[in-house]
Amino acid sequence: MNKKQKKMLIRILISAALLIALSFAPVTGIARFVLYLVPYLIIGYDILLKAFKGIKNRQMFDENFLMAVATVGAIAIALYEQSGDYTEAIAVMLFYQIGELFQSYAVGKSRRNISELMDIRPDYANVEQDGKLEKVDPDEVEIGSVIVVQPGEKVPIDGVILEGSSTLNTSALTGESIPREAAAGDEIISGCINMTGLLKVKTTKEFGESTVSRILDLVENASSRKSRSEEFISRFARIYTPAVCYAALALAFLPPLVRMIGMGLAADWDIWIYRALTFLVISCPCALVISIPLSFFAGIGGASNAGVLVKGSNYLETLSQTKIVVFDKTGTLTRGVFEVNGIHHNEMEDEKLIEYAALAESASSHPISRSIQKAYGKEIDRSRVTDIREISGNGVLAKVDGHEVAAGNDKLMERLGIEYIGCHLVGTIIHVAVDGTYAGHIVISDVLKPHSKEAVRELKTAGVQKTVMLTGDIRRVAEQVAGELGLDAVYSELLPADKVEKVEALLASKPEKEKLAFVGDGINDAPVLGRADIGIAMGAMGSDAAIEAADVVLMDDDPMKISKAIKISRKCLRIVYQNIVFAIGVKLICLLLGALGIANMWLAIFADVGVMIIAVLNAIRALFVKNL
Amino acid sequence: MKKTYKIDVDCANCANKMEEAANNTAGVKHATVNFMMLKMIVEFEEGYEPKTVMKDVLKNCRKVEDDCEIFL
Repeated sequence: MNKKQKKMLIRILISAALLIALSFAPVTGIARFVLYLVPYLIIGYDILLKAFKGIKNRQMFDENFLMAVATVGAIAIALYEQSGDYTEAIAVMLFYQIGELFQSYAVGKSRRNISELMDIRPDYANVEQDGKLEKVDPDEVEIGSVIVVQPGEKVPIDGVILEGSSTLNTSALTGESIPREAAAGDEIISGCINMTGLLKVKTTKEFGESTVSRILDLVENASSRKSRSEEFISRFARIYTPAVCYAALALAFLPPLVRMIGMGLAADWDIWIYRALTFLVISCPCALVISIPLSFFAGIGGASNAGVLVKGSNYLETLSQTKIVVFDKTGTLTRGVFEVNGIHHNEMEDEKLIEYAALAESASSHPISRSIQKAYGKEIDRSRVTDIREISGNGVLAKVDGHEVAAGNDKLMERLGIEYIGCHLVGTIIHVAVDGTYAGHIVISDVLKPHSKEAVRELKTAGVQKTVMLTGDIRRVAEQVAGELGLDAVYSELLPADKVEKVEALLASKPEKEKLAFVGDGINDAPVLGRADIGIAMGAMGSDAAIEAADVVLMDDDPMKISKAIKISRKCLRIVYQNIVFAIGVKLICLLLGALGIANMWLAIFADVGVMIIAVLNAIRALFVKNL
Repeated sequence: MKKTYKIDVDCANCANKMEEAANNTAGVKHATVNFMMLKMIVEFEEGYEPKTVMKDVLKNCRKVEDDCEIFL
């Protein structure tokens, strides 16, 4: 609690204690009034003061004014009726202040909570000077400087590791709890925590442009982009308070006048004025106005903790209405790297075949050769290979351990007159022949990410109706991938411009309320990311263009995060709607009961403070997204 | 031109009122108040000096919410 809040708490306690003490005091008449005035002024002097200033500035309908009028009115009625019941007015003020205190505490608490979640801001960078380490402000480190990151420290600035190897904890950035290995030559992004070894890093960016600064900037500014729900509430609050005030005025004067003039009954001024004052207590829009932005703030905070950066409350809202998800294939659903995906029709062991192929291809740096060498996994002993002959567009011939090895495509086999077996799988096929006889083939293709299939299924359970894949790849590959993943539609052989066109066609064919999300890896698809209702870039750490173009950034490249993001947004929006309906509903019911004389001020203050507390607690729920 | 200012205000509705007051100030093209981060983001009209505009913004905000603060 800060100083202001502590002071308020003390005022509340003193006033409450006095109020209880006074209820046992047997004083009457004017003495009683004066005594009761003490706790009233202790708890309410600032409200009365603000109300007065409000009147001076012609800002009539603020909550201070309402509370002041309601409580002063209630005291006046008690004086007029000579009932001596001042407790009600003081209690209303007391509860109002308790509500304000709670609100201020809860908001402060969630502010801190969320900044703790995003506690990735590094405070310093270690620069080596004359053999000694010196801590400097990361802002002052220039590009190309060498910084030292000790175990347990945060990496302050993006760079490349010059020396050392270590394990990095990236959970604050990606929400991924498995540590990542890093060694000399690797790129390293700021915000990771160095866990084991000492690292020397050459910076490649300024602090302000580094990943950590960009993320913080993004998250902190996210709640400035307001959602439609928030704007609705602002507009509602602007109309609601004056409307209730005028209703209160009407309630105070019309029924008594009608009774007096129209029906010839006693006017009962005090009863109607009391009901009108009850109205004023209910008219404060606090619960609504605080709980909606708080829900979004908590939702965005929770999402960023799970590795999903949402760039604005409005995007969280749109995301929750997503019914169509359009994927890019390469790098999004597949890993975008070529890997050995199968070895068929071989007489010898798989490892042996790979070994022959890897050795034969050892001189080549072609991506296909590299993926075979990678599959082999061991150091290549070049001395075992002689007479390498590369036949452009066909493959290679080489002598490995004295055996004549041929590795290449169909054309190579035809050229050598060796009978080969075609493959049912899609991808690049490398046939291998040893000493003139066919030894089998290796299938190399872009592989699906491990969670892609599950991710598509999860999207369906999250309420997405249609999944579509766009790719520049050939039709056979595209259809095989789409079939395997269970996607609803696939469009292949598209140029980047065609992808925009396809997305536009999909946008045109869907109802306005169902939103379309495009998921890409940010490479070549920035225009599509911008065109879709909501653009999701994944694994985009470091790709500035993608962070710029996308509305939602997934910090790692796990497609499961897409459904997670949608579920987080749904939960957040559910809470927002609950709060809107609950707060408005309770207030309207209380207004009705108040007008009929069933609800007194005690109920009115519950409608105000109680609803606010419940709505705030509900809003904070949006922060918890772990188990979605 | 866009600038961000730190603010201090107690309640969310007051923040909304500050936003409205800032938007109604001459020289302000668009203003957003972020109550959760306690920030005010102001986009200024061409040809206005932010410093003088912000003084008016603060004055107008004080009218609607007496104890608010904008750290200029």
